[in-house]
Amino acid sequence: MGKRVVLVEDELNIAEAIRFLLSREGWRVETLANGSSALKVIRKAMPDLVMLDVMLPGRSGFEILQDLRADPELQALPVLMLTARGQSRDREMAERAGVSRFMTKPFSNAEMLDAVRDLTRGGPAG
Amino acid sequence: MARDALTGSRIRERRTMTGMKQAELARSVGISASYLNLIEHNRRRIGGKLLLDIAGALDVEPHSLTEGAEAALVASLREAASEADLAGPELARADEFAGRFPGWAGVLAATRRRVSALERTVETLTDRMAHDPHLAASMHELLSTAAAIRSTAAILDENRELQPEWRARFHGNLAEDSRRLSDSAQALVGYLDADMSAAEAGHSPQEEVEAFLERHGFSFDVVEDPKALPEDRARLVAEAPELRSAAARHIAQNVLQQAAWDAAALPLDSLREAMGGGIGTDPAALARQLHQPIGRVLRRLAALRDLGCGLVVCDRSGTVIFRKSVSGFTVPRFGDCCPLWPLFAVLGHPGMVVSQRIEQLGRSSAQFDCFATCETQSAPGYNATPLVLATMLILPAARVSADRQEVGATCRVCPREACSARREPSILETGL
Repeated sequence: MGKRVVLVEDELNIAEAIRFLLSREGWRVETLANGSSALKVIRKAMPDLVMLDVMLPGRSGFEILQDLRADPELQALPVLMLTARGQSRDREMAERAGVSRFMTKPFSNAEMLDAVRDLTRGGPAG
Repeated sequence: MARDALTGSRIRERRTMTGMKQAELARSVGISASYLNLIEHNRRRIGGKLLLDIAGALDVEPHSLTEGAEAALVASLREAASEADLAGPELARADEFAGRFPGWAGVLAATRRRVSALERTVETLTDRMAHDPHLAASMHELLSTAAAIRSTAAILDENRELQPEWRARFHGNLAEDSRRLSDSAQALVGYLDADMSAAEAGHSPQEEVEAFLERHGFSFDVVEDPKALPEDRARLVAEAPELRSAAARHIAQNVLQQAAWDAAALPLDSLREAMGGGIGTDPAALARQLHQPIGRVLRRLAALRDLGCGLVVCDRSGTVIFRKSVSGFTVPRFGDCCPLWPLFAVLGHPGMVVSQRIEQLGRSSAQFDCFATCETQSAPGYNATPLVLATMLILPAARVSADRQEVGATCRVCPREACSARREPSILETGL
């Protein structure tokens, strides 16, 4: 059975494209579009990687990231942040909150897949 | 640019060559320094008596100001040299350079103009990106939609054997996102178009008021004339084309009311008489002699056209509620002013007066003598922190001094490194 990714993204067509790309590589992808239930879903799924948008309804990606880093069971989880907010202060905020990788939209599929492989030591079966 | 449109550049060049300050020339021909600044930057047409007066003050024939592209070119070269701190004998040879290599000189002058225009654009856009939530949300929407289109298009392109149902789904997504991108882009262009046309006459209520005050040279008969009635001021405000929003009319009414109280208590003739008695522009000495609060003296000095000085007023929150611009000293459009200004040093210390020579780092690096004070605004009462207003007079310095405080306009465009007051990185260092 492949590794799991939880993708929190409110742009449904981006989420669908990412889901397609990762599923094809053998990942099991769980998507959700609202930040408020993200922590609960992640705790339940205990994934190998979390992909987070920043601007989300309910709870921002930064807040979710802070919650993850404050949780002893989840603090080591790799988190890839995807955002259209590429300003340097957003990047600094993400780094301070403990992000593993920060990508600015629009990104290429290859870049995104490379980042996922890097963060999970090779991919779904790694 | 048409030849006639360069008259202002020639005036500036001739004035610089003679070593005359902008405020001096403005005073000698009876206009405000800020208006002369607009003329010198070719933003106001000039002719008739004013042209003759300026030519007379500069001791040149009027036609030498209205003819000859070379003078404007030399003026532009000198400005470029000044901004690059070029000194020594080469500086004096700008005319020779323009004469021997007119093509290269033209390229240099055009490049300098373009850099200046781009710097202004960067300042405006970064200000807006940082402070305009609608623009930030629109840009986010555009980039998110672009990301979806890019990913989906790449999937379709790289997977020619895609199952029909997936292909149909992604085509549908593409069509949907394309429409969304088109709508978002159109909405954004409409917003920017509307905003740009509003900006021509003043974007915010504060800017509408500043445009109104500037058109009148910050001087009003309905304020200075003791026989003028409040109704006269109300009519002037109601009929002002610049004051399009209710907020701007409200602010303008308050500004004129305060100015009228100041004028009644301290007529300009009395102020001039005291200044002529050897005190000059020393606000504290004038306040003592005239038995007036120093804040009023600062405001009345700013009303003297020939001094060519600026004025900034902020409330207890630090929000700038009045500004009279002066060339070389930038007051940011959306607040976020440099906290090193003397204006903020006095905030919270009613009665305190600060006098400080400052240099605002940036394009001009001009120096100013600033006088700031803080006054209680609210009526006395028990157990309440009073509301206060801080006022800062910005007087262009006659001579450059090494003993000055370096300040900025706002952190995002300030080159001052290792500044303990810095709130955020400068885009001059980090880029956008």
